Amino acid sequence: MNVIIIGAGPAGCEAAFRLANEGIQVDLIEKENSTGGNLNNWYQLFPDRKSAKDLNTILSNHLQHPHIRLHLNTEATDITREENGKTSVQLSDGALLTGDALLLATGFKLFEAQRKEEYGYGIYENVITSVNLENKFINHQITMRSGALPQRIGFIHCVGSRDEKICNYHCSKLCCITAVKQAIETRELLPEAEIICFYMDMRMFGPGYEEMYRKAQEKYNIKFIRGRLSEASENQNKQIIIKAEDTLIGKPLRMTLDLLVLMVGMEASEGSQKAASQLHLTQAPSGFIQPADPHYGNNRTNQEGVFIAGCCSAPMNLTDTLADARSAANTISEWLNRNTQH
Amino acid sequence: MYYDNFVLPFTIGINILLIYLVVKYARWIRTFSKSDKRLIWKGMFSVKTFKAIKEVFLECLVHHKIYRTNPFLGYMHMCFGLGWFLLIIMGKIESTVYHTTAFNPPYFAIFFRFFHPANETFPYSNVFAFLMDLILLFILSGLLLAFTKRIYSKALGLKKTTNHRPFDLLILTVLWLIFPLRFLAESFTSGIRGGGSFLTHTAGDFFSRFLPLDTLSYPAWWAYSSVLGLFFILLPFSRYMHIPTEIVYIFLKNWGVKQGKEFNAFSNIQLYSCSRCGICIDRCQLNTSLGMQDTQPVYFLKKIRHHRDYSVQTENCLMCGRCEAACPVDLKLNALRLSKRQDRTRITKDTYSYIQPGPNGESKVAYFAGCMGHLTPSVIRSMQYLFKQAHVDYTFIDEQKGICCGRPLLLSGNRSAATVIMEKNKAAIEASGATLLVTSCPICYKTFKEDYQLNIPVMHHSEYIHMLIKNRHLSPRQAEYTTVFHNPCELGRGANVYTAPESVLKAVSHKIAIRYDSKNSLCCGGSLANIHITAPQRTTIATDTVNAYAAYNPDYIVTACPLCKKTFTKKSSAIPIKDIAEIVAENC
Repeated sequence: MNVIIIGAGPAGCEAAFRLANEGIQVDLIEKENSTGGNLNNWYQLFPDRKSAKDLNTILSNHLQHPHIRLHLNTEATDITREENGKTSVQLSDGALLTGDALLLATGFKLFEAQRKEEYGYGIYENVITSVNLENKFINHQITMRSGALPQRIGFIHCVGSRDEKICNYHCSKLCCITAVKQAIETRELLPEAEIICFYMDMRMFGPGYEEMYRKAQEKYNIKFIRGRLSEASENQNKQIIIKAEDTLIGKPLRMTLDLLVLMVGMEASEGSQKAASQLHLTQAPSGFIQPADPHYGNNRTNQEGVFIAGCCSAPMNLTDTLADARSAANTISEWLNRNTQH
Repeated sequence: MYYDNFVLPFTIGINILLIYLVVKYARWIRTFSKSDKRLIWKGMFSVKTFKAIKEVFLECLVHHKIYRTNPFLGYMHMCFGLGWFLLIIMGKIESTVYHTTAFNPPYFAIFFRFFHPANETFPYSNVFAFLMDLILLFILSGLLLAFTKRIYSKALGLKKTTNHRPFDLLILTVLWLIFPLRFLAESFTSGIRGGGSFLTHTAGDFFSRFLPLDTLSYPAWWAYSSVLGLFFILLPFSRYMHIPTEIVYIFLKNWGVKQGKEFNAFSNIQLYSCSRCGICIDRCQLNTSLGMQDTQPVYFLKKIRHHRDYSVQTENCLMCGRCEAACPVDLKLNALRLSKRQDRTRITKDTYSYIQPGPNGESKVAYFAGCMGHLTPSVIRSMQYLFKQAHVDYTFIDEQKGICCGRPLLLSGNRSAATVIMEKNKAAIEASGATLLVTSCPICYKTFKEDYQLNIPVMHHSEYIHMLIKNRHLSPRQAEYTTVFHNPCELGRGANVYTAPESVLKAVSHKIAIRYDSKNSLCCGGSLANIHITAPQRTTIATDTVNAYAAYNPDYIVTACPLCKKTFTKKSSAIPIKDIAEIVAENC
């Protein structure tokens, strides 16, 4: 029995390890030259501020398993369902794999902030994304492009999420808590700066999240303004002038910031889109792959033998992603056992 | 005296029709405003009348605008329009030559073959007979095409033809019967008494071999006359009311009467001038992208005319003007639609009293980015760079705070609110002291030009860049990449700006000529004017439009409107979308 997994992010790695432990042969395909996917962009994880690198190391160490064959720098160019129920995957290096089951762990892609042109990403030098900021944390230094320390920093929630204007109706779920975490980390590096988050709703869904949000206000003196940014412009000092509305007091506001951080949302990755169209998988209007059943079949798809794990089906935090991967491994091994008995 | 009872249906029909038309038009024109009436009096005795006559000939008879949609469709309409007209004129001349006086009853010319004994010749009688047959054949060929169009509209270049009411289908049948019946009546008479030419004479010979023409000929004339009379009596209640009304419309239009903000008698004249040809259906992207087939002008006007509920149709229009550009009757379709939108806001001068006029500037050029311009900072950046490159001293009048130009309110029908805003904005523009206003947004541009009555000229940035290049204040290089141009509705069809952006784009890139150039440009789907469709439906239109341009494989899709750019980039596109100002700035 063998399973092909596309995508060696946290979901793909975890599922591969669990399946291999069950004695199943796994081919794990990754288009980049290292495993970990989007986890590689992150410095610390919420809510406990653990190092992202440590988790990544654990996940990749698990892949040193006799039953796991890792294909790095390899893309799945063509996926087809065979008549005997197996799935064959054509790889970019020319190899052709055939598996008893296929697991898609193709993850998400970050919203391209340039598409929200009015926020000025790529146009104004002091507008950055949450991923850029995470990189600054790695270097323990937050500066403006000029090298000066920012005095006032704004975090904009929901960039590319819940936004009819760019056709993304879904909530990316994690940006709220990420903003809270990043605001606290920023405060630690810049004790004197003014830090303001602009939010639509604070969605503190996970354990410890709400507590962290409270702490951010009480202990770390981070301001939260309910209101969406309408547009940004740049002044001669390369500061960002933003126009927004404080919807709690119902007044428009203008503010000058030294650094503007865009909390970019999550969209279905190109890999997910491609696999979905090649395998005729049902997609939600958001583009994410739709599970066969939201409660009892969340790792199954509308195609028998094709499974999903992690963010290819919806935005998820790491806790849920890893749990989802284990659940997928479980579902697949059950399915394989049932199919081979007949 | 030439008379027979069978001419009665025709004579009664035509008289009722003429009386009806005179009364109807007189009652409409009586309600015109004083200024419109003055325009009519002034225009009547000017060259404008000759221009109108020329237009009547080209549009009502030759239908030359329909040729642009499809040559077969144009030919079909020409057969009916010009053919019938020639038949009447040539018949009248023929009867006059025969009778040597022009004062013979109208039916005499129409039924000439009945009254004219064939053995009696008169000057050029053979030539006349030949011409009359030729014209009849011309009309019959058009009839064949019309029949084909009903069955298979694609053959005549229409993907979708109009759905008509049962009553209109009845009168259509009556119309279609007229010419075959004339053909039969003339052929039968020729078969008995000779006369006619290559068509009716030959047919008469042929029919005489197996048909009792003596008994059929007289009833055939009765049938021909009855069908004509019936057609004239039904005409005012059918879509064929467009035939006489279009002529009135063309004259009024040429004399200077315009569709105003209100739906009035002139609107009614336009309403009745719609021939329901259905050319607007295929042009409408709400049809081609969203499958909506009840909102095009043909149906909107039809609903108004027949007192059906048209509230959805009033709101469901992009006002892109694609239908208007193709309308063979040249109806002012956007203005008509807008005239039905109601002013729902309650706004006084105090509502916006918190808006203070901006500081006075000292520069000759005032730059206005507009609300949409502020959503595309790359466009503002490029313009600022170009001003600098051309050493232009300018004031950015809405850099800090700007006021909406008012057009979005205007397009939704809220004229009073728009007026208050416009006055505020006009004061701000005039306070700048500039002698030229440049704007990046075609929406602002159109309303500055048409509604503001500013005392300084207004230019869209594409026109301004064009001028800078022409005056050698800017010398951009021609880039290697290829581009296609998406002319924004408000700029092209809306404000008639076509050459400036196209020649600028040709100068700075390799512009690919496409079928959507100039008047045929598509709508991006982001139109402010449609207050009915949903955001996903807008995205569908935008995606279809981008795909239509992408089919030409350009390196860039270039537009000249921040709203179009925003709409196109709602979804990530494989081909980058840029404003014309960005392309020029890149190459300066």
